[in-house]
Amino acid sequence: MEHIVIIGNGIAGVTAARHIRKLSDKKITLISAETDYFFSRTALMYVYMGHMRWEDIKPYEDYFWEKNRLELRRGYVKSIVPKETTLLFDDGSHMTYDQLIIASGSTTNTFGWEGLELEGVQGLVTKEDLEALEKNAPNKKVCPHAVIVGGGLIGVELAEMLRTRDIEVTMLVREKAFWTSVLPHVEGALLSQHIQSHGVKIIHETNLDRILGDSNGRVRGVVVKESQEEITCNLVGITTGVKPNISFLEGSGIETDKGILVNRKLETNVPNIYAIGDCAQQRDPIGNRAAVEAVWYTGRMMGEVVAQTICGKETAYNPGHWFNSAKFFDIEFQTYGWVQPSSKRKDYETQFHWKHQDHTKFITLAYDKNEGTFLGINTFGIRMKHEVFDRWLTEDRSIDYVMDHLKEANFDPEFYAHYEHEIRSAFKNKTVTA
Amino acid sequence: MNTIQRNMSLTGEPPKTINTQQKIATVIGMTGLFILLLATFNVDFPAKTLWLSIALGAINTGIIWFSIAAYRSKHAGIKNDGVYFKSISGRGYLAWVLGLALTGFYIVLYFYPQYLGLTREGDNTGLIALFDPLSYLLSGNPASQWFVYGTLYTIAILAFGVKFMLKYRHNRYERLRTLSVMFFQASFAFLIPEFMARLNSDSFSLPYYDLKNIWPLNYYNFEQYRVDSFISAGDIGLALLLFGIASIFIITPILTYKYGKRWYCSWVCGCGGLAETAGDPFRHLSDKRMIAWKIERWVVHSVLVFVIVMTTAVVHSYLGEDASKYWLTKDVFLLSVGVFLTLLFLGIWFFKRKELEKDARYGAIGYLTIILILIGMHFTAGKTLFLFDAETLRSSYGFLIGAIFSGVIGTGFYPIFGNRVWCRFGCPMAAVLGLQQRLFSRFRITTNGGQCISCGNCSTYCEMGIDVKAYAQKGENIVRASCVGCGICSAVCPRGVLKLENGPLEGRIQGNEILLGNDVDLMKYVNKN
Repeated sequence: MEHIVIIGNGIAGVTAARHIRKLSDKKITLISAETDYFFSRTALMYVYMGHMRWEDIKPYEDYFWEKNRLELRRGYVKSIVPKETTLLFDDGSHMTYDQLIIASGSTTNTFGWEGLELEGVQGLVTKEDLEALEKNAPNKKVCPHAVIVGGGLIGVELAEMLRTRDIEVTMLVREKAFWTSVLPHVEGALLSQHIQSHGVKIIHETNLDRILGDSNGRVRGVVVKESQEEITCNLVGITTGVKPNISFLEGSGIETDKGILVNRKLETNVPNIYAIGDCAQQRDPIGNRAAVEAVWYTGRMMGEVVAQTICGKETAYNPGHWFNSAKFFDIEFQTYGWVQPSSKRKDYETQFHWKHQDHTKFITLAYDKNEGTFLGINTFGIRMKHEVFDRWLTEDRSIDYVMDHLKEANFDPEFYAHYEHEIRSAFKNKTVTA
Repeated sequence: MNTIQRNMSLTGEPPKTINTQQKIATVIGMTGLFILLLATFNVDFPAKTLWLSIALGAINTGIIWFSIAAYRSKHAGIKNDGVYFKSISGRGYLAWVLGLALTGFYIVLYFYPQYLGLTREGDNTGLIALFDPLSYLLSGNPASQWFVYGTLYTIAILAFGVKFMLKYRHNRYERLRTLSVMFFQASFAFLIPEFMARLNSDSFSLPYYDLKNIWPLNYYNFEQYRVDSFISAGDIGLALLLFGIASIFIITPILTYKYGKRWYCSWVCGCGGLAETAGDPFRHLSDKRMIAWKIERWVVHSVLVFVIVMTTAVVHSYLGEDASKYWLTKDVFLLSVGVFLTLLFLGIWFFKRKELEKDARYGAIGYLTIILILIGMHFTAGKTLFLFDAETLRSSYGFLIGAIFSGVIGTGFYPIFGNRVWCRFGCPMAAVLGLQQRLFSRFRITTNGGQCISCGNCSTYCEMGIDVKAYAQKGENIVRASCVGCGICSAVCPRGVLKLENGPLEGRIQGNEILLGNDVDLMKYVNKN
């Protein structure tokens, strides 16, 4: 029986395994150095916050794996020997495969700062990171003050986590407002405001210079590059993005750049070896998408695709319209299509912004100013339907059409106040512009 | 390094302390409870009206002030920080103490009301006597243990209802729903029956009737003393009796068809009302495992069969034999029950068989066969109907289901098993509504395209133990018999994936994986398999 081996039991690897099982009777093994069972990485924060226990963030009950004949192997793959179609583990054991899927995910991205090795300096990507955080920041007595470097999704999650234990948090954000490498400035500014209202101190337009340690090798503070000011702290959260976790591939002959280089069929340069999820890098980026897409949803989508190819139906990774979501303290965020930050905005893209007076609900609609075509939406604090926007994007609807039909896309709970009318008249009057 | 696992959320160390205002509020509330406790131990309060007002006022003030101090200064939004770390909501020491106190209270209430001061001859004493002034004010009668219970129950729903509304003040669905249960408890369950009692005289007497308490939850509604009493009370009584029958056979199916069982379970019902308000801090404790779901289906439907059998036997026992006196004789009634159950079964079998799981089919066939055989044996061999005396069935049901299951276990064990144990495993009304909801209703919870991240918040905070994410992460709608439509799964979802909706029956239940985002052609292909 053909043996499919998958390195990594995250959303990409597990989705691939599930779909291969649906389509075939092949022997499937999932390998993980991190945990025995698949868990939802995006839910790590809720364990520290006490919303859920570890077992609650496992998407499947433990009986699922045996029932579906998915073999689980706990171990760290040290290297791959493609010539012998063999994996070597760090405990000296080995495993052979017929087809190999690498779905090894990401690790914390750093910029080589001085002091990274100190105790109390960490990212928030893995289960190990969560355990380290319990140790480094169990409460405000042990950890009265934390500094978070980087204003992105993981950064705000870490800030929210620490605030639930009353730990003082200072965030160093490189840009003028929060997450403006992805969001229009208006939205970033509103988010900065909201995050600050939760007792987080944000220092905008600053970078980390170096991390300071004490004589025991523990962190005692950081130095800010711009002002050379020293901030005392007991924890440094490094949340300046993630990078593919591929160091174990060195010398395997598998071609890498930032990530594992793959073609549209998610094949690497080595036959019978595929890469999916956070660790994969498209040789030619697709549309507006980044070459390395470290997102839950894209990992899942690549898993669906590679399963088809492995089961005999060669399929290219051909993602539909871009979508994503996040939550910033109390503000939920969804996006459909493309709303570009100023750095990536093309001349033809115009953006219409609307914000509710309470500053917890705001949206941006992007459209082509020449053609009037709708390009995308960022929605904060108002839930919108994925299916509806996906359809409108496929149908190349105009911005006027979208404005007139916005109510159809609303997904807020029953009895919630509606703002479509207000948004539409604001758009017609153009009272609010970027 | 053995400290790591120890700390993982089980004994995490977030700020567990409460603020000064909460401490003061706790003192006030506990003082109120303490007065009630003193009364229970026969401390004599001279001015009962005053002391009762002080006690109940203090309890209310304590709860509401505590809630304001807990939530008012915080942002509107989800408030689940530290739920699993707190002793009271994390099955810690406080949870066990509270669970024991509640179960103890229920045991005394149901089986030893004399300890609360109930006196058969002469005036009440103790706690019940303390409530006499209020009872005289409302109904003109002395208090009973049920009046004391009803008052405390209503206070719990009202005061903790305010807490719940503060906690979910950003969510209009939750606020309206809570106002609704508070209203129905205060009026229909508490005040109206008391006022109705004022109408009673020597020549006219209505039984105590909470109009929203529908058979089979109100399992005693068609017992002889009540039916006699309804009939002897003339047109009003007859109207109430007919309303009781219409409630279950006409009103309930229509409303459940339109809105799902939530119209009752989380908007109207008193058991649901307590679970949603005072029971809210324990909602995450429900068992989400597949095995729990399997047990739930057998247990709750068995209770339903039990209540049908029991009621049939009881009604049968007091009907006459002579058709010339009254058309509804024992035999006519029994045959009608048999025919009704058979038709109901055939209807479901004919139209909805495909939607039934294997165990549901076995269960339905098995139970129907047994009931029909027993009815047949009664006619042919003259055996006692359902083998047991009607009174035996009635008293066993009252003891096992009415007292032990719904009270002692259902509410007493809130802090251990969660707040909806009774509703999920025991309530026959929920079983009826559940069948209607699963098979003939417009209600469903829809999922939003491909946005689910499998985080598990929805499942964790589902009080009915539904593994919501198992559906959401596949892009399937959630159509479950047990869902009471509380809306919390939708509220706690961090990515805006879930929405409670009433919509057309077509496409309500889809078995396919439809997760938007990927190649459209690929998804069509995947779903064909």
